[in-house]
This record gives sequence, C-alpha cells and structure tokens, in this order.
Amino acid sequence: MSFWTRHQILEKNSIILVLGILLVVAIGGLVEITPLFYLKSTIEKVDGVRPYTPLELAGRNIYVREGCYLCHSQMIRPLRDEVERYGHFSLAAESMFDHPFQWGSKRTGPDLARVGAKYSDDWHVTHLTNPRAIVPQSVMPGYPFLARTEVDPDAIADHMRTLRTVGVPYTDDQIANAAADMKAQADPDNAGADAFTKRYAKAVVRNFDGKPGTPTEMDALIAYLQMLGTLVDFKLYNEKANLR
Amino acid sequence: MVSGSVFFQRESAMPQPSISKTMTTGESGLAFIFAVTAFLCLIASAKALDAPFAFHAALSAAASLAAVFFIVNRYYDRPAALPPQEINGRPNYNLGPIKFSAFMAMFWGIAGFTVGLIIASQLAWPALNFDLPWIQFGRLRPLHTSAVIFAFGGNVLIGTSFYVVQKSCRARLAGDLAPWFVVLGYNYFILIAGTGYLLGVTQSKEYAEPEWYADLWLTIVWVSYLLVFLGTILKRKEPHIFVANWFYLAFIVTIAVLHLGNNPALPVSVFGSKSYIVWGGIQDAMFQWWYGHNAVGFFLTAGFLAIMYYFIPKRAERPVYSYRLSIIHFWALIFLYIWAGPHHLHYTALPDWTQTLGMTFSIMLWMPSWGGMINGLMTLSGAWDKLRTDPVLRMLVVSVAFYGMSTFEGPMMSIKVVNSLSHYTDWTIGHVHSGALGWVGFVSFGALYCLVPWIWNRKGLYSLKLVNWHFWIATLGIVLYISAMWVSGILQGLMWRAYTSLGFLEYSFIETVEAMHPFYIIRAAGGALFLIGALIMAYNLWMTVRVGEQEVQMPVALQPAE
Repeated sequence: MSFWTRHQILEKNSIILVLGILLVVAIGGLVEITPLFYLKSTIEKVDGVRPYTPLELAGRNIYVREGCYLCHSQMIRPLRDEVERYGHFSLAAESMFDHPFQWGSKRTGPDLARVGAKYSDDWHVTHLTNPRAIVPQSVMPGYPFLARTEVDPDAIADHMRTLRTVGVPYTDDQIANAAADMKAQADPDNAGADAFTKRYAKAVVRNFDGKPGTPTEMDALIAYLQMLGTLVDFKLYNEKANLR
Repeated sequence: MVSGSVFFQRESAMPQPSISKTMTTGESGLAFIFAVTAFLCLIASAKALDAPFAFHAALSAAASLAAVFFIVNRYYDRPAALPPQEINGRPNYNLGPIKFSAFMAMFWGIAGFTVGLIIASQLAWPALNFDLPWIQFGRLRPLHTSAVIFAFGGNVLIGTSFYVVQKSCRARLAGDLAPWFVVLGYNYFILIAGTGYLLGVTQSKEYAEPEWYADLWLTIVWVSYLLVFLGTILKRKEPHIFVANWFYLAFIVTIAVLHLGNNPALPVSVFGSKSYIVWGGIQDAMFQWWYGHNAVGFFLTAGFLAIMYYFIPKRAERPVYSYRLSIIHFWALIFLYIWAGPHHLHYTALPDWTQTLGMTFSIMLWMPSWGGMINGLMTLSGAWDKLRTDPVLRMLVVSVAFYGMSTFEGPMMSIKVVNSLSHYTDWTIGHVHSGALGWVGFVSFGALYCLVPWIWNRKGLYSLKLVNWHFWIATLGIVLYISAMWVSGILQGLMWRAYTSLGFLEYSFIETVEAMHPFYIIRAAGGALFLIGALIMAYNLWMTVRVGEQEVQMPVALQPAE
C-alpha cells in the first residue's frame, strides 16, 4: 500500500483526521514550552527581585489598561547599542513575577525595562500629562486624566491574593497591610512608611504626583515606572554563573 | 441596515403535511439556558465591582433576552416540520447564517480599516489622541487588530467554511439553531471584546486581549463551531473529505488548543473584569508567542488557504494543480508552524535553545508555504488568460502572490541576525501588513465577490468594473503602506545601532522617532486608499444583492438531450 493510498484513511474518516491534526500540532508546543517549567537554567539566580508593592501593582495595571506595552518594550537585548542606550540586558528573573509579562514587541517609544530612577517624578508628571511639553517631537498620547483619577487602596488586597494563587510570593503580612501600604508609599509623612519599607526591599516612598491626599493613578503609574529595572544590583550579579 | 428578510428566507416552499408543531429539544433547551443566563447576568450587573463589567453584564442580559425572543419568535414563524435535508434529491443548503457572516465581514472590515487609518494618523499627528482615555492609541490599537483579524477575518472564515463544507460534502449544515448560535455568538464576542478595549478592559496579551469572561464565551462558541462543522462532514455524501475542509478543520481545532493554552486566567472576582494570567514571566512570553505566531499560522494562514483551495479552482474552473502536493503541504505546514513562535523572542531572556529551535523551524516553514503558493498559482495553468477578463480571479491570484512574498520575508526575518535589526521596528508592521492586506485581505475580498452572488442567487456581480477599481486602488494602497514601513523600519533599526567615529551612539531615541514622520504619513495615505477600495466593494456587493438579476435554476431533468 503506497503512502498516498494510506493517506486515504485520513481523508475518509473525519475523527481520525481531527486526531491526526491534534497530534501533529501538539509536538512543537510540548517540546518548546514544557522544559521551560523544569529546566533550572531557565531563570537566573538573582538577589533582589521582589513582588510589586500595592501602589506599583496598581500602577502596573494602569500600564496594562492603557496599552503602554504596544509602543514600549521591557526587554533589553544583549546587543552593544541596546546595552549602552538602556543599561544591562534584561534577565528572565526580572520579570518572573509578571502576570502577564510586559516584554512588548515594538519600540515606537524607547524601552522601559530600566527607566526607573532615570528621570525625576516631576519629569514624569509633566511628560505623562503632555509629552510634547518636554519632548517636542514625541508622538505619545497625553494622559492628563491619570492625575484626576484616584486609586482605590481597599481593592488591591484581592489582587495580591489572586496573584499569590498563581505563584507570586506575597506574605500574609503584605496582604493584610495592602491598603495602608498603598497610602504610605505615596506619602512620606505617613506613620506607616517605615513598616512599609521593611515589607518591600528597595521600595521608594515619595509623593510621586506632588499632590497631597489619596494616591492618584498618576502616583501609581509613576511608582511603577520608577522601580522598573532597579531591583537587581548588577555590581553583585554573578554573570558567569548564570551564563546560559 | 439590512432588513431581516435578506437573511431569513424560507428555504422550503413545499406544502407541509399537517403534523402537530412542537419545539425541538434544541429550541426549548437553548431558550431556557438563555433565560437563566439573562437572570444571572442581571445579578452580575447589579453586583459588579467596576463599570465596564456592569456594562458588559447588562449588555449580556439584554442579548440573552433577545436570544430567547429570537428562538421563540422563530418557532412561531416556522412550519411544523424542520427544513428538509434534501429537496428533489438535491441538498437543501442552509444559507442564512452564511449571509449574516458575509454581511458582518464587510461591516467589520470597514470598521477595522477605519480604526487602522485613525491610529496610523495618530502616530503621524499625536494631537488626534485628544488626551481622552477611550480613543488614545493604546486602546484603539487592539481594537484595530481584533476588528480586522477576528471580526473581519473570522466572519469570512466562518461564512466561507459553512458554505464550502456544505457544497463539498453535498449535505445540509448540521444543526438547526446551532449555526445561528455560532455566527451570532461569535459576533457578540467581538462586540464584548471591542467595547472592552475602549473601556480599558484588556489582558495585554497581543491578539488575545479579551478578558476572562469574553474568553469563556468564545470557548463555548468555538466548540459549537467545531461540532457544526464536524457534524456536517459526518453527514457527507462524498466518500472523501475535500482538501479545503482539512485546512478548515486544522484551523478550528488548533485555534481551540491555542486559545485554551494562552488564556488560563484567574479573575480577581467573578463580579469584576480584571484577571491575572496563570503563566508568568518567561513561560508566559513563550505561551503568548506560541499562541501569537500560530494565530497567524492557523487563523490567518490555514483558514485562508482553505479559501484558496476552494475558491480559486471554482473561479478559474480548473482542478487543484496537485493533489499530492496538497497532502504534503497540509501536514508539513501544520507540523512546522507550531514551532515558529520563539522567533518573536530572539535575543530576549528566553533561553537560546528555544530561540534556535524557533528560527530553524521558521526557515523550514518557507518550503510548505511555497508549496501551497505553487499549488494555488499553478491551478491556473491553462486558464491564465482569465486574469485579463476577471478582476475577481485576479484579486485571488494576487493574494496568493502576496502570500508567497510574506512567507519568504517571514523566514528571512526569523534569522537571528536579520531579526536583531528588524525586531521592535516598523519592518515587522510592514511584514504583517503585506500578509494581512495583500494575502488575507485580497483572498477574503475575492471570496466575498464569489460568495455573495452565489448565496443570494444572483447571476453575477453588480459591476466588474468597480471590482477592477477596487483592485487597483487597494493594490496601490498596499504598495504605499508596505514600502513606507520597510523604509522606516530599516532606517530606524540602522539609526538605533549607528555609532560616531568616536564610538558614541550617533542618534538619541527621539531623533529616530522624528525620522519616522514622513513614512507615517505615507502609511496613513496607503491605509486610506485600502479603505476607499473596501467602501467601493461594499457598495458593489450591496447593489448586487439589491438590484442583481436572479439566477434561474435549471432543473437538471429538463435539459434536452443533445
């Protein structure tokens, strides 16, 4: 029986054809994806990467909501010009708590993987409100409505609980104090600021939007942008041990 | 708006024997399920944690009630017996859902192209964002991609697949309400997804942005689609399953697998729109582009290849060039495509072995892709002269030529060295659009130009001259679009890596943005031409249905012997 005659079995039996398709399309995905869950070398061993603070998490959700990832990548490639322009190439470990990942696929604007601490909070407020006030040639939309919209500190604990279920190591302490921590991070005079910085290493407490009162979406988004790429200390990072 | 009668023609004019009329299990069951759903959605709307979720729940309650009304009203209107499977020994084809899909495809096509033109203009003139949340680029861009891929492309695929499977199996579409559930349910998914983007509801996974509740609904609709399609194949009168149906099956089955693999998410609350994807970081990235690239491979390629395998032979009145090539083409294509995802993640934190695998298989993919192109183009052997006289066939053939071009460009861009330049730039956008406008767009236009006269029983199109205009205006638009993006992409990639003689980076990032401006204007002009072409098409199809001459069906038995 030739191959072509044999193939008629598939052409005459729809169920066998469907099973054949399923089998053939399953292989590639299984081979490429499954090892990423168990190969130890997939994610580097790094100190300093922690889950997002409540305010940063709220900011990240705004980043997602407004579709920032469509024009800004968060993935610096190990190429000479990128490392010089943006900083150390991105590690897998730096996005291991990202659900979903925000690596992006297009740079209509610059990469943001290490934008944290590069510009002042004032710069960000002005730039997000009207990008062309600071960068005249920019094609970025303005987001003045962020400064006018408050975030809800009481809602964030449920988000952290959900993230913990999918694998982000939030502690009970962090979840119990979520609302207070969110207010504290945007207010240096807050009594809870010290307790907050103990719960989140390297977290920055500042009044990001420069306005008093409940944190706004502007506070949250800037808190998120200002921490991007700042968690890993590359002076202590063992490049050779993590060479893959 | 098209009046209902355009879609809901009574298929059977035969006198009905008087039997007592009862609701089918499908009718009563579905009406009951929708009534319960309406009630549950109302509760969800009242308890909603955020405004978009409340809006979607209320909309779903209204839609469920409308579905109950539609089912009951249809029951009272229909004759006691369900439409027969055959009339006078010929299959009694179910064309209503196909007409609906064809109409929606045209509608969403124009909507999607318009949004594309708007966002292209926003990149050229950012003031067009108007500082408003709902219409800024970041929210409109998913609306554009979903409207053209899933709304326009999806309706073309569902409509043509329902037509091709019936014709090539010589059997009536399986199910009575089920085909309507598929086409209406699918378009409702589009409505939820699209309004969600404008309100800021998104998972941020490219081409998989709809949130968990829209994803769940799509899963139900998609499984029904598979059952209707497979059910029709099981009823077939032909021993062989026609090659176009293999491609449709691969498209339907694999999209289901991809959708389920990429979208598992945990909602923060069942009364809120926000969810978190179960996968994180690097694994999420790999799942996303395994999905993303195969949305291209199975939605935008396998599905539309099915259209090629049916509509080109039909229009050219020639058999498919090589049956054996189609077998090799089919299995090689679906096997290799699945591996290609990691080429979207070259030089990222994804391990090198995965990147190399993705690149290798992407290059191999060139072969089956061109096998398919050759099979489509060579089907015209002996009929090439028709390209001069039939602009619809020309559109179909040019689409295959664009398919060949983008499936050469794709493997080339997947080579890591090339990708280090092209990635993150407009070159990718140009590549996507040579495939989307040239291949998917033109093959869909060609299929709709064939399909509309067939399903509305018209002798031919209202005007072939207008098809010709559409063809040339759209082709000019594509050429402007993709050449502008090639130039801007390669230019920007080179500027990013340019060094001065002293060893400093030559350009700041914003200088490279400024250099894009003229190309963004040319791109918008190209998009505008493509949209004008589609408007001409919509007018032409509308007039075909409204004033086209009815085709007289000659009963076979009455033909005189020669």
